[in-house]
Amino acid sequence: MEKVLIVVDGNDIAPRFDLALEVLIVSLGKGGKPAGKRDVVLARPSVEELCRVVSAENAHTVICGGIEKDHLQYLGWKNVEVIHSVIGSAEVALRRFLKGSLKSGDILLKERKA
Amino acid sequence: MQSLRRSLQMQDLSINLVAVLDEMPIGVCLVSKERRIALMNRALEAMTGFLRADCKGLPCSHVLRFNHCFDNCPVKRTEGGQRCVLEGDIINQDNQKLPVRMTFAPLRDGTGQISGYIETLEDLRQVRNLLSARISPFSFGRIIGRSPQMEKIFRSLPVIAQSEMPVLITGQIGTGKDHVAEAIHHASSRAGNPFVTYRCGGLPEFLVESELFGVEKGAFAGAGNKPGKFRLAQNGTLYISEISDLTPSLQAKLLNWLDEKIIYPLGGSKSFHADVRIIASTSRDLSQMAKEATFQNELYFRLNAVSLHLPPLKERAEDLRLLMDHFLHARASLLHKKITGFSDPCLRRLLEYDYPGNILELRLIVEYAVSLCLTERIELGDLPAYLTENLTGLDAKSPISPSPQGSDGTSADGGFDWSAIERKMIMDALMKVKGRRSKAAQLLGWGRSTLWRKMRRYGIT
Repeated sequence: MEKVLIVVDGNDIAPRFDLALEVLIVSLGKGGKPAGKRDVVLARPSVEELCRVVSAENAHTVICGGIEKDHLQYLGWKNVEVIHSVIGSAEVALRRFLKGSLKSGDILLKERKA
Repeated sequence: MQSLRRSLQMQDLSINLVAVLDEMPIGVCLVSKERRIALMNRALEAMTGFLRADCKGLPCSHVLRFNHCFDNCPVKRTEGGQRCVLEGDIINQDNQKLPVRMTFAPLRDGTGQISGYIETLEDLRQVRNLLSARISPFSFGRIIGRSPQMEKIFRSLPVIAQSEMPVLITGQIGTGKDHVAEAIHHASSRAGNPFVTYRCGGLPEFLVESELFGVEKGAFAGAGNKPGKFRLAQNGTLYISEISDLTPSLQAKLLNWLDEKIIYPLGGSKSFHADVRIIASTSRDLSQMAKEATFQNELYFRLNAVSLHLPPLKERAEDLRLLMDHFLHARASLLHKKITGFSDPCLRRLLEYDYPGNILELRLIVEYAVSLCLTERIELGDLPAYLTENLTGLDAKSPISPSPQGSDGTSADGGFDWSAIERKMIMDALMKVKGRRSKAAQLLGWGRSTLWRKMRRYGIT
């Protein structure tokens, strides 16, 4: 079963991968539709712990905000696709990902502009 | 946001605030009381990689990504009216972690009420580089080595940095071209100004042109105003990575700029003078490309006037141990692990390996091993499987071995070309399972959507 791991801060994508405390793990079922969602909360921000969760969960894709080049390369090396620098709600990002239209650098917060 | 706008209007200054802020060499942004971006200057665009038009109205923590934003918001601290200065780091759109000093101060309207905040960001890379250069021998900026080849490069770097001429850096993938370009900028007289990076390739020509030279709204369908990398790098350095991927017409446009120093944005009628120093890099043989007329001769000669070749790691035997220890200690200290070194069998294996991916591959191997290591010394079993199973790195990444001809992990010029290998692996897998994508994904150990996206990226239909 394919899994997508979204690094979140509340309802939004966490601005920084290395400082995130929460991830949303979405399992995709038949036809690429979400079959289950669950949250994993970290005790403290830790890139190593986050990378361990990605590996342990066998996630194929990570959706996150800003991520350092080293960690991006590490995940790429582990064959994990990283869609990074995404700004906006995790829900909208997931919807776009499922449609195949989410890409790195997307800003999805336009509707919340002041 | 409204009150900040009113407050700025109340100042009734007969100056263009944006133009004034754009002239400042440090990053500046104005945020509303709700901590949303109202305005940012060009230096901040260059530092963060975000364009101000895209950021207006976004929470400042999502754009600046300053580490202190997430534990103790500095803007909240200034609500009492005090200025606040903090050192920390940001992660920009180029995935670089930059050390910065940020200053936060409240902005008040005519009645003394806080209507917003001003935030300034100073890039501390130059300061940090100077400090690290003082404490570590065998280095220049973030480049490390004590081999004769690197000593020669270290001797020439300060001289090259002080010249204003374009620089061409050549070398295989993973040899540290990006670090050298950054080190040249920080040792030059332009060090206090922006260092802007642009990686060529993978985009249609009009997009590359708009990214590099800027574009005016309406130049093509969906085009908005974009300043372009030249404008963002004004008074600083523009580093163009993999310049060999530029199309002939963009090569001509770059050559034209080298002559005139004038930039004509795409679809624009107004030109501007770009005071920018160019550093270019490539992992391909540009002289051969010039001979074959796939790269403009004149541009090659102009860039090659000052050139630096970075040797592959296998030619830097004296540096291997130094680099291994450096990466080990850096990673171990980051992970708070007490690892003192490598076991003898592990050391032997690391010293005899060829490193087709050069320093980048060595660093990833050592970092991987440090993460796995549970003892005081890194053992053979802590290394990635492909090193201990006597396979190449590429074999270990996939259950399918690429065929030997032309797919041994090296590109035509001897560089490490992972994209070509990955494309070949996908093709092999698809052939093997008679085009069934789900089977191919299974064989490759990927999800179906990952395979689909990679197929789209490599143009496999």
